[in-house]
Amino acid sequence: MSVAMPAVDESVLARRAQIVAALRTLVSVDGVIDEVVRMRPYESDALTAYRQLPLVVVLPETTLQVAAVLRWCHANGVRVVPRGAGTSLSGGALPLGDAVLLVLSKFSRILEIDAEDRLAIVQSGVANLAISAAAEPHGLYYAPDPSSQIACSIGGNVAENSGGVHCLKYGLTTHNVLGVRLVTMEGEIVDLGGRAFDSSGLDLLGIVVGSEGLLGVVTEVTVRLLPKPEAVRALLIGFPTVDDAARCVAEVIAAGIIPAGMEMMDRPAIHAAEAFVQAGYPLDAEALLIVEVDGPPAECDELVARIEQLARRNAAQSCRSSTSEAERLRFWAGRKAAFPAVSRIAPDYYCMDGTIPRRRLPEVLQRIRELSQRHGLGVANVFHAGDGNLHPLILYDANQPGQLERAEEFGNDILRLCVEVGGVLTGEHGVGIEKRDLMPEMFSADDLAHQQRVKCAFDPQQLLNPGKVFPVLHRCAELGRVHVHGGAVRFPELPRF
Amino acid sequence: MRPGSENEVLELVREAMARSRRLELRGGGSKRQIGAPLDNVDEIDVLELTGLHGIVDYDPSELVLTVRAGTLWAEVERALATERQMLACEPLDVAATLGDAAGRMTVGGLVASGLSGPRRVVAGSVRDHVLGFRAVSGRGELFVGGGKVVKNVTGYDLPKLLTGSWGRLAALTEVTLKVLPAPEVARVFALKGLDAPLAWQCLARVLGSSVGATAAMHFGPGTVGAESLTVLRLEGFAASVAARLQALQALIGARHELHALSEAEAVGLWGSLASLDVLPPDRPIWRLSVPARQAPSLLARCAAVGDRWLFDWGGALCWLASDVDPERLRTEVAAVGGHAMLWRADAALRRRVPTFHPLPAGLGTLEDRVRRQFDPLGVFATARFAGGAHAH
Ligand SMILES: Cc1cc2nc3c(=O)[nH]c(=O)nc-3n(C[C@H](O)[C@H](O)[C@H](O)COP(=O)(O)OP(=O)(O)OC[C@H]3O[C@@H](n4cnc5c(N)ncnc54)[C@H](O)[C@@H]3O)c2cc1C
Repeated sequence: MSVAMPAVDESVLARRAQIVAALRTLVSVDGVIDEVVRMRPYESDALTAYRQLPLVVVLPETTLQVAAVLRWCHANGVRVVPRGAGTSLSGGALPLGDAVLLVLSKFSRILEIDAEDRLAIVQSGVANLAISAAAEPHGLYYAPDPSSQIACSIGGNVAENSGGVHCLKYGLTTHNVLGVRLVTMEGEIVDLGGRAFDSSGLDLLGIVVGSEGLLGVVTEVTVRLLPKPEAVRALLIGFPTVDDAARCVAEVIAAGIIPAGMEMMDRPAIHAAEAFVQAGYPLDAEALLIVEVDGPPAECDELVARIEQLARRNAAQSCRSSTSEAERLRFWAGRKAAFPAVSRIAPDYYCMDGTIPRRRLPEVLQRIRELSQRHGLGVANVFHAGDGNLHPLILYDANQPGQLERAEEFGNDILRLCVEVGGVLTGEHGVGIEKRDLMPEMFSADDLAHQQRVKCAFDPQQLLNPGKVFPVLHRCAELGRVHVHGGAVRFPELPRF
Repeated sequence: MRPGSENEVLELVREAMARSRRLELRGGGSKRQIGAPLDNVDEIDVLELTGLHGIVDYDPSELVLTVRAGTLWAEVERALATERQMLACEPLDVAATLGDAAGRMTVGGLVASGLSGPRRVVAGSVRDHVLGFRAVSGRGELFVGGGKVVKNVTGYDLPKLLTGSWGRLAALTEVTLKVLPAPEVARVFALKGLDAPLAWQCLARVLGSSVGATAAMHFGPGTVGAESLTVLRLEGFAASVAARLQALQALIGARHELHALSEAEAVGLWGSLASLDVLPPDRPIWRLSVPARQAPSLLARCAAVGDRWLFDWGGALCWLASDVDPERLRTEVAAVGGHAMLWRADAALRRRVPTFHPLPAGLGTLEDRVRRQFDPLGVFATARFAGGAHAH
């Protein structure tokens, strides 16, 4: 493991039996798992290179139980790691050896669909796709659609602020969540947001979404539902160079079109996908674009025509537009299967997630190719081209000594490159442990301190999911110190009227 | 005090800390009549941020614009219009609602107040379009939050927290906004004489359909006319607006007569929404944020004879001009899961009644803790939003 986790608190390990017994009094009897074999399935999330057995697994069923568990852990100085479905790609749900793993899988009920005000209230363990399924009879759906949507939980989506292929037009999780019920580490239950569009006071909901399970445990989520579009059409466009494809993407947006989705694949990704699912991708293309538009049929037709024109102007070698739902799904089949397709050409792959200003794309891809040579590892690129979110898939073989480490170094170099050209470390997968130590590439010590102090407001003892997101675990007392320049402080905030 | 650079802002905040002065952050001052009057002026300096001026970077095809916080919004709007783009949440210049002249709103003020216009019903609010910022916190430290690309989940989403924080956490010096293409065509339609429950129902049906209306409002009787007026806007490419209109007609045309408004009429209505000149000038104005379905019954319960109201966002935002007892209104609004902000009132009422709907105890404590992390000494705690126990 190349990422150091917080030192294990031996005194907690020594108290394990007592902790397990206490937890058994707080949740139902079968809600506590402490045998090693039964804890195994929880030892990692989807960043499987990192594994750690938790102290104990607890599966509460109600918000009150969550509050009781957290209050007890807080009072007894025991760390807690929340977990939804465990599909995080950044290690956010990686257990700690001295921490209770609090699993939300029993929070599986859809509580209400309000079709007229277009919202759903669901428990946090509900799978992303299940919300859309429940809304379907009303002609509504939940827009954010991470590729993991069959499995990942809405609570995990809230924690990671997850996106999907359609977030170019419909936004990330944060744009589609109206409220959450949150339990703080101290066991306080608070409702942030709700059925109304905004709330009184500071936007604490906004800061909780994307906080990677560090600020509180989410037990209920109120999401916005959207009417399902009447028609959806896709275009499949092949380009002789990445530059042409990138220019086409920029021109589509400059023409005032925000497609529902705009995905790009490079040559290695196209070939891997085509070999895997035979989607009819053009094998002579250096870059492939899938552009999807949705809305009234007349609008889709109009946009397809405009995009075709822009594609041709940018040297497209091939351009097809879907005329049936079956054809549209075929266009997507290769893109959707890109990850498994890539795992057929290499034993392992490592998925990166940086975002760059789109105009830098050709240059960034060129430099990724150079890095690929330098590290001696292959790479296939798929990305959300519309918003500049890259997913380079680094190919390696974990059974070859040193390859995992090289893959990680290659990945870090890619992320540093993203920051260097004005982008960011992660577009949708979160920082977790994976990008934690790269945070100083993007943020100064003062920047990070302002973020960590939010953590101090919610969890002063830093017991909830420690070791994630922030490279250095400063104590809150240290972060809280005020530096007054050239003067003495006269008021530690007296009320003034 | 009118600093001309970010460094000067930093210096002034540090000086205020050292001298135990408080700072009122001000952009154009268009909303300074919101909040309690400042009675403790002898210990407060106004930090006017209009000296931080100018667009730093604007690349239309990246959909990103970076601008210094004191830049006039009108100037940014012009730059966007040249590229046929917009800030999709449609911020309105509301100075006139408070008896001030329009045109002074700055980008920093827009972000710090976080108030969105009609398109918010489908396009999200100000906070959804703030990608990043630079700011000086009450600790006298310069820090950045967010990034300069449209998709970013690196670290906590501080831009959300700063948006709508009303100058209580930090002095914004620069903001990066996500911008979007402006629609080619916009057309506005109205239905006349619907009562509030029917208007809500009608708007809900439209918003829940593929019509894709980008504004859904209802002006109550006695506002824009004796009869009520229910307003919908369609936007997009010409062909899609035509298709959407057909869908709209199919959805509600059989039951209600749909009037197409002229551009001048539409501009007039938007002007009334921004200035609230259709509400009686002699009553306090409340801004109610509620679950849309609750708007009609809530207004019926709270509005007295002679009170006037209108609602936007399909009902989720109500503007009510009324002498209703503040306590009673807030109890009613909270009971349906909403909150009530005191928007316009005389100094006496603003002194007595907190501007923002007080939070439940647990949440209030949490908010206070967050605020103190950014401003432990209370440099920005002017008591403008106090109206009770806390000096923030
Ligand atoms: C094949 C595959 C494809 C993917 N595709 C995408 C994609 O397209 N877009 C995308 O954005 N992501 C994608 N992901 C990443 C992942 O699915 C998302 O990050 C997802 O939101 C995680 O949800 P989860 O329920 O599995 O959370 P977990 O992995 O269990 O947890 C993730 C983080 O959230 C915290 N957490 C979980 N539940 C709660 C809660 N109730 N309260 C507080 N904190 C909580 C955990 O502590 C952890 O830090 C993909 C993953 C895989 C394996």
